[in-house]
Amino acid sequence: METLEQIKSRLEAAVPAAKIELLPNECPAGDRSLLVDAANGFAVAKFLRDDTQLRLDYCSNVTGIDWPDKEATEKIKGKQVVDGVEKEVEEVKKTLRPGYLEVVYHLYSMELKHGPVVLRLRTENRADKTHLPSLTPLWRGAEFQEREVYDLYGVVFDGHPDLRRILMWDEFVGFPMRRDYVAPDDFEYEPTPHDDVLAQAKKHYPAEPKAEVQS
Amino acid sequence: MIEEGLKSELQKQGVYVTTLEDLYNWGRANSVWPLTFGLACCAIEMMAASMARFDLARFGAEVFRPSPRQADLMIVAGTVTKKMAPLVVRIYNQMPEPKYVIAMGACAISGGPFKQGYNVLKGMDRYLPVDVMIPGCPPRPEALIHAIMTLQEKIKNQKLTGPDRPRHLNADIPGDFPVPVYGPHDLEPSKNPGVWHPPLIKR
Repeated sequence: METLEQIKSRLEAAVPAAKIELLPNECPAGDRSLLVDAANGFAVAKFLRDDTQLRLDYCSNVTGIDWPDKEATEKIKGKQVVDGVEKEVEEVKKTLRPGYLEVVYHLYSMELKHGPVVLRLRTENRADKTHLPSLTPLWRGAEFQEREVYDLYGVVFDGHPDLRRILMWDEFVGFPMRRDYVAPDDFEYEPTPHDDVLAQAKKHYPAEPKAEVQS
Repeated sequence: MIEEGLKSELQKQGVYVTTLEDLYNWGRANSVWPLTFGLACCAIEMMAASMARFDLARFGAEVFRPSPRQADLMIVAGTVTKKMAPLVVRIYNQMPEPKYVIAMGACAISGGPFKQGYNVLKGMDRYLPVDVMIPGCPPRPEALIHAIMTLQEKIKNQKLTGPDRPRHLNADIPGDFPVPVYGPHDLEPSKNPGVWHPPLIKR
């Protein structure tokens, strides 16, 4: 298979409007991925599927990732003249990186037996602009997995044929796999609590502790 | 009511006497019909228990019925998600009395490894009167057989008259269990206070 750089340059020729970025991956596998802007995601995916050298005809996996707002601190070393003496001053610069939701597609080619090519799409933010193009019209197998990403992360896939909750019930409010989701507290009875459960269970302990265990 | 001592003395002389209650319970205990109802991997062990190697038929509980209307034992075999819990209660309500519940495996008795999650019910006993609980993940078929033997003991010792008589002989105790409804984050109510009486833990 071609390298990602070659795929990227051919993609930029085929879909000139697309903003494509190669994302590094620091894990041992080192699988890098193509980050495509949401507006051209569908066209890029269609090219990846139909191009004769790639023929990525099999979408094996669709995953959601929640990236909450993150405050990045950056230390800038500068020189400043204080009272006529030049001193090195460290300045801490804080920047707020707004959060977003990310959807990752793993693409393989059954015909040419190669892959994976990892495709990533990102939403604008986590609150109201959570729309992404659905790739179900290209890979039918993505239908249920996109529904799952919608159900658990709240990414709205435009063009999906049947976007409903798939795991949680229809009356459910919120998206449980997001980092800031607070699960319902039903830890009233915990005979052997530990770690997070212990912290939850302590809220239910009576104010006056007694040594005996009533049954 | 015949005394136990007299009963065994008569048996030594070759005269077998019994009570209607014992006879009735003996028959009930040895023909428990479970519901064909599996929720997760525990159901695989339940199937193994009913097959030739472990042979649940030795204890009269091999007639797995696919309809709740013909079953009298519900083996809650596996993880009960909050989405599934109302349906489990509904199926239990459709079973005729007398009926019994075995909660099989760590998930069914407490939520098990999914306890810290948002979508798994922390024990079937929050909604149903569980008679026997089996720990294990999953419990071996022997453990399920032991649970059925424990249930048989329980059935054999049930008094059919008096204040302690079982639910199906006491018209004052309702036999219908309220089915929880889906709420925005959890089931509503999140437990049935008429059924769930956890021991008070004081630390």
